[in-house]
Amino acid sequence: MSSNITYNELVIKFANVNGSGSASANTFCAKSLYRMGIPISAKNIFPSNIQGLPTWYEITISESEKLARKEKIDVMVAMNAQTYASDIDEVASGGTFIYDNSIQRKFDRDDIRVIGIPIAKLCAAEYTDQRQRQLFKNIVYLGGLSLLIGIDIDVIEKLLSEQFKGKQNLFDANIKALTIGRKYVADNIEYPLDKQVRKCNGNANKIMINGNEAAALGALYGGATVASWYPITPSTSLVEAFEKHANKLRKDKDGNINAAVIQAEDELSSVGMAIGANWNGSRAFTSTSGPGVSLMGEFLGLAYFAEIPLVLFNIQRGGPSTGMPTRTQQSDILTCAYASHGDTKHILLLPSDPNECFEFGYKAFDFAEKFQTPIMVLSDLDIGMNDWVVDQFKWDDNYSHDRGKLVTSEDIEKLKSFARYRDVDGDGIPYRTIPATHPDYGSYFTRGTSHTDTGGYTENGVIHAEMLDRITKKFHTAKEYLPHPIINLNSPKSKIGIINFGSTNVALNDAMQDLTRNGIGINHLRIRAFPFSKSVVDFINDHEFVFVLEQNRDAQMKKLLISEEDLDTNKLISILNYDGMPLTANFIVNNITEIINNNKNIKAANSPPIKIV
Amino acid sequence: MTYIKKPIFRHPSLPTNEIGLTYRDYEGVVSTLCAGCGHDSITASIIDACYELSLPAHKIAKLSGIGCSSKTPNYFLNNAHGFNSVHGRMPSVATGANLANRDLVYIGVSGDGDTASIGLGQYCHAIRRQLNLTYICENNGTYGLTKGQFSATNDKDSKNKKGLDNPFGAIDLAIMAIELGAGFVARSFSGDKEQLVPLLKSALQYNGFSFIDVISPCVTFNNHGYSTKSYDYIREHRSLFGELDFIPEEETINTSYAEGETVTIKLHNGNDISFKKLGADHDPTDPHKVLNTLRNNRSDGKVTTGLLYVDPDKSDLHDTLNTSSKPLNSLSMNDLCPGGEELEEINNQFR
Repeated sequence: MSSNITYNELVIKFANVNGSGSASANTFCAKSLYRMGIPISAKNIFPSNIQGLPTWYEITISESEKLARKEKIDVMVAMNAQTYASDIDEVASGGTFIYDNSIQRKFDRDDIRVIGIPIAKLCAAEYTDQRQRQLFKNIVYLGGLSLLIGIDIDVIEKLLSEQFKGKQNLFDANIKALTIGRKYVADNIEYPLDKQVRKCNGNANKIMINGNEAAALGALYGGATVASWYPITPSTSLVEAFEKHANKLRKDKDGNINAAVIQAEDELSSVGMAIGANWNGSRAFTSTSGPGVSLMGEFLGLAYFAEIPLVLFNIQRGGPSTGMPTRTQQSDILTCAYASHGDTKHILLLPSDPNECFEFGYKAFDFAEKFQTPIMVLSDLDIGMNDWVVDQFKWDDNYSHDRGKLVTSEDIEKLKSFARYRDVDGDGIPYRTIPATHPDYGSYFTRGTSHTDTGGYTENGVIHAEMLDRITKKFHTAKEYLPHPIINLNSPKSKIGIINFGSTNVALNDAMQDLTRNGIGINHLRIRAFPFSKSVVDFINDHEFVFVLEQNRDAQMKKLLISEEDLDTNKLISILNYDGMPLTANFIVNNITEIINNNKNIKAANSPPIKIV
Repeated sequence: MTYIKKPIFRHPSLPTNEIGLTYRDYEGVVSTLCAGCGHDSITASIIDACYELSLPAHKIAKLSGIGCSSKTPNYFLNNAHGFNSVHGRMPSVATGANLANRDLVYIGVSGDGDTASIGLGQYCHAIRRQLNLTYICENNGTYGLTKGQFSATNDKDSKNKKGLDNPFGAIDLAIMAIELGAGFVARSFSGDKEQLVPLLKSALQYNGFSFIDVISPCVTFNNHGYSTKSYDYIREHRSLFGELDFIPEEETINTSYAEGETVTIKLHNGNDISFKKLGADHDPTDPHKVLNTLRNNRSDGKVTTGLLYVDPDKSDLHDTLNTSSKPLNSLSMNDLCPGGEELEEINNQFR
């Protein structure tokens, strides 16, 4: 055995053909590592296709919790001959390339170890059924890998027993395939590799979950009863998860469901339904991605101007147009902030991981009713569809859902008068009734046309302008209630800051460690909502230079900051990524280091960190 | 002219309905449509139907899209919540509203532009889902608010006010509704209150999607000599498809029908509608025969009115979705939020 053995710091990547059944084997691998207590992050890099195109699955394993994607791969499990050439290029020097040598290949890398396992031949010898031969190839490589890097076999077997509970035949067949892979490696290959895994205690009180499932649970805990949607990658699994949980947790004593999930004919209809349901007093949401938001534009303006609560989850993907449906981006910031014609502005919530998808998921419904306006939760494909290891979800049974200024039948009898759009309390937020509140009081006419404070049609320009001003006031009122930014002033003497939001946080945290180690002191603020909290403006004003990190071409968050706040625009420096992949820490470190080294003013603003983050 | 306040004056001797309300209690604000507009007559018929059925107005939700027709929900049922939404999208808003509270009566008012062009998709899908909604299309074959363009229900032979031919064929919304599986389909004429009010009453009592295509002449842009949606044309070319009576449950015992002449159809809520046959082939429960007759009449240049089709046994969207019998908007957060203990279980599913 070599003396260079390291534990729990490696990147595994599986290269497969999509539709071949590899996804479940790869997920078993990630879940087994998680259950061994090792911090991991998993990224599924898949095509917009059903069968036959290349697909990859990366697992970053890091007991030191540096979990951003890495450029180089330590162990490549290459099961797709189409992509051998590019896959082997990604392997780090000293790494391992495992392939199916049922057909022998020559690879021209002498700085890595190439391991051949004749997986197709092993399966052909063992299984007669064509489908089984294909499917069990995935479990065979998992078996081989488990011995090579030291994944606990008991953990895998337990996982399989849970997965195939009540299906003994399937369980046995999977165990057999696992054993075939392990036996081949044991008999033919020098194992284990230098880079290995072993049990640790890094996942206490953590769960492994994707953001869409988390947001769906948030909606369930937020009391959502109507979900209307139209299928679109990467948001589809959100409503499907909501329906699954609602069918179980919302079943009433008669066996009926306290929720309605409806697949609409298009996104216009799905948002229209959610608006209709909210207007009628149910908490309702829709879930979509960029193209859907474009289609929903007109309705979003209606909900904004007629002041109807609405929750919209936008799981962002690569744009423009159909763009890259299976890649991640943060490129709907401006589209969502200003969705619809005329003067419109919308509240955005910006979760950075599944835990915040859950939290913002239920809070979004409170904000929607409190501020009587659409709330858009901007997740993305990386958060939404990848499995993350995050703190387990918490729920305080004393949590009181805030239904805002919703007037009941009893309230309205006590009120001397009711005017739907009147600013009674001076915070810009009017009182609201729903249909059938009271036989004699509280009815009004909801419209997208300009209206008086009682909801009557008006073409009076003064009244129209007053209405817009009150809605602006309401928008400003929201600032103090929305999730405040997370600020880390680890370099109090440094005049350099960085702002980010959403899924870039993992890479930024890793990068901050590297930067501080290199003597670059940067204070950090993560935006969690729009309109911006005052502390965002203060942070920018307190620094001479502020990097704005985002995953889009047009620096959309920077533009939103500039257009909404009174800022010195020269101090904002963009760091932009828009290749559709989750960020790496190196990308951030290299960009920041280069900018600082090339600009003496920024260099002068630097002061090393007080503490290592 | 909504700035003109409608006087709240009730003559003390005004008759009241079963719940003690007068006709005036079902009115809305003053209409701003052109004098003589067919839509105002439809508004009056809706008020009549709701008054006669003794529906509590606040338990009705009235929804619309955009256009002259879609303004009208403001002109009836002041005590009902109304929603003038966006162009062609009333069906989706009504679907959401209905999902939130299954116990209200939903009236959707739309026009031919709103329904047959921009909103055709939503119209079709609301029918497919058997949404419990009374959908009234106030059909004048023209775009009034934008000054007289042809709509998709305008007949190919018809001309506009400037004498130009309509180059495209008409979409027949009633035929479409039957094809798509609507449970209650009727056509009427804004100028025939005697026919329209019983149709509306039956439609409002129908549990499922009921559609009434009401030909409603546009006095300003489509009531000229070459129009096939003018008052004169419709009066001359109507073909009555039976006569309809709405009979409340309590009166059914004392009502006698002449054998062979009427078909009595029981609605879900116990009320009956009686359909007087005008010819041996007129069976409103047989979609194939109905579609045949409608198509034949149409090629003969006739506008068939009356109750065209009814299926008393359709289930509605809530049955299909298996939603709770209590309105979803009446459930408390205690009913809806699974709580902390359950979240522990959920967390365990992700370990």
